[in-house]
Amino acid sequence: MSQPPSGLNEVLERTFPFPRRHFLSVLDLNEVEAANLLDLADAFVGLSRQTSKKLDLLKGRTLMNLFFENSTRTQSSFELAGKRLGADVVNMSPRSSSISKGETLIDTAVTLNAMQPDLLVVRHSASGAASLLSQKVSCSVINAGDGQHEHPTQALLDALSIRRAFGRIAGLSIAICGDVMHSRVARSNVAFLQMLGASVRIVGPPTLIPAQADRWGVEIHHDLRQGVKDCDVVMMLRLQLERMDGVLAPSAREYFRFYGLDREKLAFAAPHAKVMHPGPMNRGVEIDSDVADDLSVSLIQDQVEMGVAARMAVLTSLAARLDNDR
Amino acid sequence: MSARPIAFTDVRLVDPASGYDGPGALLVRDGLIAEVIQGAAPSGISEDFQRIEGRGAMLAPGLVDLRVKSGEPGAETKETLKSAALAAAAGGVTSMVVQPDTHPTIDEASVVDFILRRSRDIGLVHVYPAGAATKGCDGERMAEIGLMRDAGCVYVTDVDRPIVDSKVMRRVLSYASSFGVLVAHRPADPWLSAGAAATEGEFASRMGLPASPAIAERIMLDRDLALVELTGARLLVDQVTTAGALESLARAKVKGLPVTATTSINHLSFNELDIGDYRTFCKLDPPLRCEDDRQATIEALACGLIDIVVSAHAPAPAEDKRLPYAEAAPGAVGLQTLLPALLALHHDGGLPLIDLMRRVTFAPAQALGLAAGRLAKGAPADLVLCDLNAPVVIDLDALVSKSRNSPFDARRLQGEVRMTLVDGRVVFGG
Repeated sequence: MSQPPSGLNEVLERTFPFPRRHFLSVLDLNEVEAANLLDLADAFVGLSRQTSKKLDLLKGRTLMNLFFENSTRTQSSFELAGKRLGADVVNMSPRSSSISKGETLIDTAVTLNAMQPDLLVVRHSASGAASLLSQKVSCSVINAGDGQHEHPTQALLDALSIRRAFGRIAGLSIAICGDVMHSRVARSNVAFLQMLGASVRIVGPPTLIPAQADRWGVEIHHDLRQGVKDCDVVMMLRLQLERMDGVLAPSAREYFRFYGLDREKLAFAAPHAKVMHPGPMNRGVEIDSDVADDLSVSLIQDQVEMGVAARMAVLTSLAARLDNDR
Repeated sequence: MSARPIAFTDVRLVDPASGYDGPGALLVRDGLIAEVIQGAAPSGISEDFQRIEGRGAMLAPGLVDLRVKSGEPGAETKETLKSAALAAAAGGVTSMVVQPDTHPTIDEASVVDFILRRSRDIGLVHVYPAGAATKGCDGERMAEIGLMRDAGCVYVTDVDRPIVDSKVMRRVLSYASSFGVLVAHRPADPWLSAGAAATEGEFASRMGLPASPAIAERIMLDRDLALVELTGARLLVDQVTTAGALESLARAKVKGLPVTATTSINHLSFNELDIGDYRTFCKLDPPLRCEDDRQATIEALACGLIDIVVSAHAPAPAEDKRLPYAEAAPGAVGLQTLLPALLALHHDGGLPLIDLMRRVTFAPAQALGLAAGRLAKGAPADLVLCDLNAPVVIDLDALVSKSRNSPFDARRLQGEVRMTLVDGRVVFGG
């Protein structure tokens, strides 16, 4: 086993116990829990940077990744997080295995639940799928993205990236830009960043802004330059081409012209502004490579790194203190 | 069987047809209402009569429900004509119109005949088949409306599928009206509502649910009303649930167009927030609306703009409901909860009892030209005896439908059906 990074034990002492069984939505958290999770995640960052990365906080626990939708970074991020904490990790992708042939979501989950995992990480294309599962299984369920509803660990890692870059979140002005309509990342981020005291704007063409989003307490802009004006953080969203039912934007090139982030448009943001993207990026559609790859403005690499730390924080909070004779 | 004549005494007679709501007694003989006695209890009722003491309970015409889905033929795991009839009897519904979107579709006389024969064999409540307006409800080729009428179908409808092609709709309206057949149509713009699981707005946006704007209902209704103006045909507007559509309906009625409108008990009782954490029992078609729309619908019911309330009974078994919200089947069972849920608008909402009862008895009977729905001498003795003030907690396990997808689960309501009579026979209670 490795040495726990400095400060981890102190945070663990201070923040336990986490009062929930599942991690489904950022709306389930209160401000104190949010801050604790961020502190804990922050303390895990150092661990991943050591050569020896393994702890035994989750020793003996089983983590099951159940991804009904393809994912590279979220799935491997959870896998690494689990392994670095000492858990046994199994990846199930029902799409490519025989497990889900003709089976409903619940049947699949109940089958897997019978194998007694402690943590079930679920991604599914339907909004509410993780919540539905959590009602039918006996282990902790972590929402790794449900349809167009929520992606709470993404919000946690984004907040962590921002907090490390700026030292705070309260008072920052954050623009979330692009396909907000289909984005679970946007929904989780709007709620979470607002809870942490940021002022949030959403920017995109009217066809990609959800109905009555003005009631979310955000500013809505249809002009990217105006939308990012004096912002501290510009968070770009993937234009989910595979999800566009019909033609919500006329073409990729028109979209890039008006809603793609390049140097010229970024210049409207505050001089110290940082750029984020949940990935995978469509270069030349929503973001210019020139901006995405500039490490002086881009937090995109940090976001991936923080992803592992944020997920370690969630896994630890849910399972580290499971009673052994449960 | 030759049932013994029955005398209901000490009841509160509620007869929307005559407008009488007051104490009285009622005699039933040979399947018909033999006498309606208003006011003071009569003396000297013959010993032949089986006497039923109402103790102040409401005696009203049995309910006439214009929109009921049974799974038969084709989906008997959801509901059979028998299980639907049992649910109807338990809910005080004495006449129900079954929808034609079965397998096979009720789009020809032989299937109409099948429904009528099956129901006669079951012999509980009156079952009237609605026929499909187009073959297989495909929205393209007109069904044999005349032959189905002769076989006993009471109106034509494509049920949940709007007839998109205005030319087809026009032809259906004018052709059916030449046979005196009423056309029912569900107003929903098919493109705006494609794939929708909820009503567009803050709630659906936050929950990430595919949604259609409420205005989709009005857009299609406006077209239908224009076609009514063009053809002069009668239209039964199948479930108005939004304030926008009600405005259009009000204008049409002021103009004197021959339209009759229904709404569902669900849309009078719930709004979109009842969906909560993706409760699929609240997934309906049309989807639940915002509270403003619900209030507007209640208001329209109170002022008579909406003529009829239906249960929109749509059984869906657990396997069709235990799915992620967007994938779950829409619909709710409602035969057994229609009356107590409607009474909630009286108990809690202050709407006059007789006006509410009219919407589920006389008004639907009148729309179809049925003799039911009234307490009149010589009318069929289709009756419901209901203890208006008895508290009931809706218990899914106590529902007699084969499917138990009720959004009223665990709801506390007031009004318990004590007895249901069809043609003078006791089919529930007693």
